[in-house]
Amino acid sequence: MINKKNIWARYQWLVWAVVIIAIYLWAFLGLDFAGIQESARKVTSSIFYGLFHPDLAYVYNGSGEDLLSLIVQTLAIAFLGTFVSAILSVPFAFWAARTESNKHFHPRSTSGKFVLVFIRTFPEIVLAIMFIKAVGPGSFAGVLAVSIHSIGMLGKLFSEAIENMDRGADEALKAAGGRKADVWLLATFPTILPEFINYTLYRFEIAVRSASILGMVGAGGIGTPLLFAIQTRSWSRVGIILLGIIIMVTLIDWLSGSLRKRLV
Amino acid sequence: MNEIPKRTFAQKYHLKTIFWTLLFLLLLAGSSVMTGVNWGEFFTNLNQFFVLLEQMSHPAWDYFDIIWQPLLETIQMALIGTTLGTLFAIPFAIVAARNIVKNPFVRGIIRFILNLVRTLPDLLLAALFVAIVGIGPTAGVWTLAVFSFGMVSKLFYEAIETIDEGPLEALRATGANQVQIIIFAVIPQVLNHFISYFLYTFEINVRASTILGYLGAGGIGVYLQRSLSAFKYEQTGVIVIVIFAAVIIIDAFSNYLREKLV
Repeated sequence: MINKKNIWARYQWLVWAVVIIAIYLWAFLGLDFAGIQESARKVTSSIFYGLFHPDLAYVYNGSGEDLLSLIVQTLAIAFLGTFVSAILSVPFAFWAARTESNKHFHPRSTSGKFVLVFIRTFPEIVLAIMFIKAVGPGSFAGVLAVSIHSIGMLGKLFSEAIENMDRGADEALKAAGGRKADVWLLATFPTILPEFINYTLYRFEIAVRSASILGMVGAGGIGTPLLFAIQTRSWSRVGIILLGIIIMVTLIDWLSGSLRKRLV
Repeated sequence: MNEIPKRTFAQKYHLKTIFWTLLFLLLLAGSSVMTGVNWGEFFTNLNQFFVLLEQMSHPAWDYFDIIWQPLLETIQMALIGTTLGTLFAIPFAIVAARNIVKNPFVRGIIRFILNLVRTLPDLLLAALFVAIVGIGPTAGVWTLAVFSFGMVSKLFYEAIETIDEGPLEALRATGANQVQIIIFAVIPQVLNHFISYFLYTFEINVRASTILGYLGAGGIGVYLQRSLSAFKYEQTGVIVIVIFAAVIIIDAFSNYLREKLV
């Protein structure tokens, strides 16, 4: 008996190694790596050329189709989408939060968590396309896609915040004879609000990134001209848009990061 | 007697709160104008959205025979992409860690590059790599490699910065050089974290890889795009459900491994 255990302990690594090698072999043999374009090197150098020789005339030309207005539009999509999503996420969060017992299966909480996972996995661009069918192409569809898709993650983060919150204030109000509404409004809500804002800002950073690619399916923002510039191989245009996105995301990350630091 | 503390003018009239609220409302209004929000149109056309959702909820299950192969391709792409990204990330993470490289200038430059890489969204990278290497899973692998490189390198250097300094000092005292310190004192301490973060990134990449094909970067996204542009939403429904199942299985598997590690 002891001997058997020793053999397993001794050769365990070998089993793992064989499994891992098998998985990688499967992955490498399964993928078709052939067919890299001959122009790959040329295109790469063109992209870098574009990055260092950006099309500065595109930054602002007053037409409303220039880089600055589209970046502002991208930020507007992310901002509005995250705001709507934060409001919509609150009921989902209370649905999914497990509060009292530590049971493994809790019908309300488990079903809520399942719904949130489903929303999270539903591809954002598919949502965008569905909303484009409803309200037409443009940034409004992007706002709707961001608002619905973000519920998946915000709802999860919010519900975890509710699960981990300090219930002292709740109990104090209950003990003092507060009604359910009083408890919620005067104790629960103020206790979790900073954390909710913190997560919303964090999600806003992510939404800025996704808003900048939603345009690739026609849902507004900077993604549309970027995809167009790549397809027409106008590399200096690609360069300036890439620079714009990099600067925008960096600034937003920094801004949101410093706001969140002040909050906590 | 105690005096009531004096409030400044700004405090008395809640100027700060009013300022932030106004700014927020202004931003909301500005965003609504910028994005052409039209709730009336939204609610009148909402049934369109539910019509699509309804079509998706009647999945054409026989389509599964066609998409299981690209689904596997997606997972293969995610695996190889994550691995490549992680391998490239390790040296960068070591150079970016505060307790390994004392020179703030070198660290600053490396971190700056890593921050730049992290700003680029996945689909944007996919569009670039499709232009560079052409349509197919190779573009997806490169996209995921760069995407996970940015994410993993940050997680890794933060893990390295939290290690116990003792073994490093002990090795230094016995005259080990920098490479020996990294191999014998740093790597053994962070290996479990590295594997855990690798699995975490793999989970994220599986999710990301399912849509890369939308721009031609291989995997199941190609079929997603095909079904959507052919208005065959019952096929889209199958794809969404299959992606959902695959993501849940892989997440559960990876969570199990990560819990065993830590």
